[in-house]
Amino acid sequence: MTIDLPAQLLAAALPPVEQEHLLEARQMQALSFAVHIPLVCFGIAFPSMVLLVESLYLRTGDELYRTLAKRWSKVMIALFAVGVVTGTILSFEMGLLWPNFMATFGDVFGLAFGLEGFSFFVEAIFIAIYVYGWDRMSPRLHLLSGVPVVVAGLTGSLFVISVNAWMNNPSGFRLEDGRAVDVEPWDALFGSAHLWPELTHMYLAGLIVAGFLVAAAYAWGWLKGRRGRYERIALAVPLTVAALAAPVQVVAGDWIARRVADDQPTKLAALEGLGTTTRGAPIHVLGWYDDGEVRYGIEIPKLLSLLAEHDPNATIRGLDAVAPDYRPPVNIVRVAFQTMVGIGTLLAVLGVVHLATWFRRRRFVESRWFHWAVVAAGPASVVALIAGWVATEVGRQPWVVYGVMRTSAAVTGADGVPVGYATLVVVYLGLGFAVAWILRRLAGRPLELPPEPPPILEAHGAR
Amino acid sequence: MALAEVPAVLILVGLAAYVVFAGADFGAGLWYLLAGPGRRGRAIRDFSYHAMAPVWEANHVWLIFVLVVAWTAYPTAFGSIASTLALPLFVAAVGIILRGTAYALRSGAPQDRETEGATGFVFGASSILTPLALGAAVGAIASGRVPVGNAEGDLVTSWLNATSLLIGALAVATAGYLAAVYLAGDAVRERKPELARAFRVRALAMGLVAGALAVGGLVVLREDSRPLFDGLTSGAGLAAVLVSALVGLVTLALVRAGRYEPARFSAALAVAAIVAGWGIAQSPDLLPGLTIEDAAAGRSTLWALLISIAAGLVILVPSLALLYGLVLRGRFDLGAPAGQEPPQPQATRGARGLAAAAVTLLVVGVALTLFADGIALAIGVLSLVGFIALGAIEFLR
Ligand code: HDD
Ligand code: HEM
Ligand code: HEM
Repeated sequence: MTIDLPAQLLAAALPPVEQEHLLEARQMQALSFAVHIPLVCFGIAFPSMVLLVESLYLRTGDELYRTLAKRWSKVMIALFAVGVVTGTILSFEMGLLWPNFMATFGDVFGLAFGLEGFSFFVEAIFIAIYVYGWDRMSPRLHLLSGVPVVVAGLTGSLFVISVNAWMNNPSGFRLEDGRAVDVEPWDALFGSAHLWPELTHMYLAGLIVAGFLVAAAYAWGWLKGRRGRYERIALAVPLTVAALAAPVQVVAGDWIARRVADDQPTKLAALEGLGTTTRGAPIHVLGWYDDGEVRYGIEIPKLLSLLAEHDPNATIRGLDAVAPDYRPPVNIVRVAFQTMVGIGTLLAVLGVVHLATWFRRRRFVESRWFHWAVVAAGPASVVALIAGWVATEVGRQPWVVYGVMRTSAAVTGADGVPVGYATLVVVYLGLGFAVAWILRRLAGRPLELPPEPPPILEAHGAR
Repeated sequence: MALAEVPAVLILVGLAAYVVFAGADFGAGLWYLLAGPGRRGRAIRDFSYHAMAPVWEANHVWLIFVLVVAWTAYPTAFGSIASTLALPLFVAAVGIILRGTAYALRSGAPQDRETEGATGFVFGASSILTPLALGAAVGAIASGRVPVGNAEGDLVTSWLNATSLLIGALAVATAGYLAAVYLAGDAVRERKPELARAFRVRALAMGLVAGALAVGGLVVLREDSRPLFDGLTSGAGLAAVLVSALVGLVTLALVRAGRYEPARFSAALAVAAIVAGWGIAQSPDLLPGLTIEDAAAGRSTLWALLISIAAGLVILVPSLALLYGLVLRGRFDLGAPAGQEPPQPQATRGARGLAAAAVTLLVVGVALTLFADGIALAIGVLSLVGFIALGAIEFLR
């Protein structure tokens, strides 16, 4: 895709409009995503963790696993309900904020949302059967009823990510008078080279975020002295899942970065703050982009060329390859990217530490600093998640569809965007409090654990 | 039927399903609110709330279905509608958020009596607001007040007019009516005769209100949106209206006689008929000056959409049947019979090579993902996935 298309070739099915509140519209969209996406991580990863615990119950017959899985499933359905409504807001916003984007390209990518709709159906149906079906069916059947939830979480992410991958790397249509013609929707959605790395990276992020957040809650409990068998298992499962995913995420991140280098050179230049096209381009850690170069950063020579092209002397396109109003806001993109990579690296280290200890000694690192690190890893992984999306979406600017449609051409002509934005802020604040309150209530319910054997007996049994 | 019209029919089917299924969930919220906050209404509140718990999320997806088929098959029409009707749609969206949140809050704390007043009010009020706003949006489209273009129509009067208010009110009344019929049936199944009586009275009352609105509404339509009125009072449109009226009367009789199970289906049929009537009255125009044919996406998109919907239905229909079957047979009722005995512990199978296999997958995966292309790259990524799966099994053994 070239990005220097003459203006009249740009897409727009409806005539262009003036919208003085474009910035608010974008922020409103970003806010809604930032609320939805952490919930999505639970939709992706929590069902697998609950099923893992339930299958441990089936294998051992130990009631403790059952209690844990049952309690988690209550959290799962509460978060699902919130995921459903925040996702619905997003579906509305696509039309409310970006009617011309939908009018021009709805027929290119709409298919993916149709397929996603069916994933949601399956997810909603089986999550209800699973959660309301405790004690109402045979344990095996019950476990089985949870499997479609896991599968639907995967397919749901696949379809929605295929839309985002297409926005980043559009294909499967031709433009004629600003309209998309000769549309090949399958090709547009599933033929994109961007799809698979993006899906992998997002799915892993789901495992990492949900895993570390749940683990953080129990690690906090550990620091507060709640260290029973129940709590230890409840910590081990999410921590292990996240710890396995975190190192893999670094590799997946490298993969997606190479796709960006191929398909969106301007975005790569913004991610790395590369002002001018350079042979043997370096990477800067930290620092601030100013006037064409990174200041105060730590320079690692030739690394960017090596990583992006596997050749230390490869030429990397800089921001100067396109006119200034075709460049994204570099510092937002770059800081977000560095935040993600920094946190990602630390999470990977934490994961490896946990795995190595667990593997050799079959227990946790029994130190306070480790548990503090897990507590911090929860929110940090959410920050990495949001930062990654900011890097992706802001890095694509000024395009909504890379190289084809500018965001300013997509926006609605309706008044009242700031009012809608303010309303949503209030609603989301209320939502946040509500979720916090629900989680506290659910966590505060008394455990219905099977009676543990009295200590004396245990001591005898252990001799 | 031309290919371009098939998605329109599917949209109407989805809309009818949304009204019939999710509408009843909204109606349950209405009865929840009308039961009042005090102790007297507790039985009604708890029952209305509990009945929708397992199904509302699945029912809600019909709305998503309608939206995505609309924006895929008729993108310009969708863009025009969403921009002109931004206000009612935004209100509906906020109503949906509030309702879902209040619902989740209440399920987090069913015993908590202090907060119940506030969450209950939000739950009930948003259950009325959402169908009202969506109905108003439908009224705007039906009365031809949404022109083609980015926010070309009037942002207020397009949906604040006699037709919109009528359809909004009708949506709320229909929701309450459907809910009362279903809840009466549920109460009989759970052997709660007082509740069954209570909902029977509500069903009859709301049925009369809905009927009166529908008949009186024809007068409104005649004044306010003549083309729609003409469509509904001639030819196939008239037939649909008559079917709806007839079946509606039959439903009332069934409810009076206490035969709620058949009444569930006939009530749904009456709603479906009126939605069909709207579609017939409106065709071939989607928006003023924009026919369905002109608005439709290209052939390959339409085919892709239809194929994927067909494939989706193969999965969806049995799943929905399973869920509704479990609900209607009372398997999720409080105090339903419990399942079977706990499982027998099984000997841990030996899996010594597992850790080694996981590490091998990791090494292969990293190498291939970093340096390979094409198939080898895919194998690399799959190895990494395998590492996580095997790792989880090994570490939690
Ligand atoms: C827990 C979250 C998390 C972690 C630890 C990482 N990422 Fe990430 N990253 C995301 C979560 C994320 C994401 C889910 O937010 C994004 C946004 C779009 C996407 O597919 O994944 C993303 C996007 C994203 C992009 C932009 C893709 C695009 O513009 O299309 C790149 C280049 C990277 N990541 C690279 C990395 C690297 C090199 C990491 C290693 C240290 C890393 N990420 C860790
Ligand atoms: C990276 C982006 C996204 C991913 C991975 C994603 C994935 C998911 C998943 C897994 C769910 C299930 C609910 C849950 O478990 O919380 C969900 C809910 C939902 N999402 Fe998203 N989503 C994303 C963005 C979007 C976007 C852009 C839209 C709309 C335009 C959207 C619309 C929805 C809707 C409507 C639901 C509710 C489904 C229901 O009613 O059951 N999502 N999403
Ligand atoms: C499939 C998933 C997604 C789709 C289809 C999507 C679509 C869009 C659209 C249409 C816009 C407005 C136009 C533009 O500014 O380019 C946008 C902007 C934005 N989105 Fe996404 N998005 C997706 C996922 C996400 C997620 C998960 C986040 C998480 C935070 C996110 C963050 C943002 C941000 C920050 C902006 C504003 C960019 C700016 O104003 O510079 N997006 N997205």
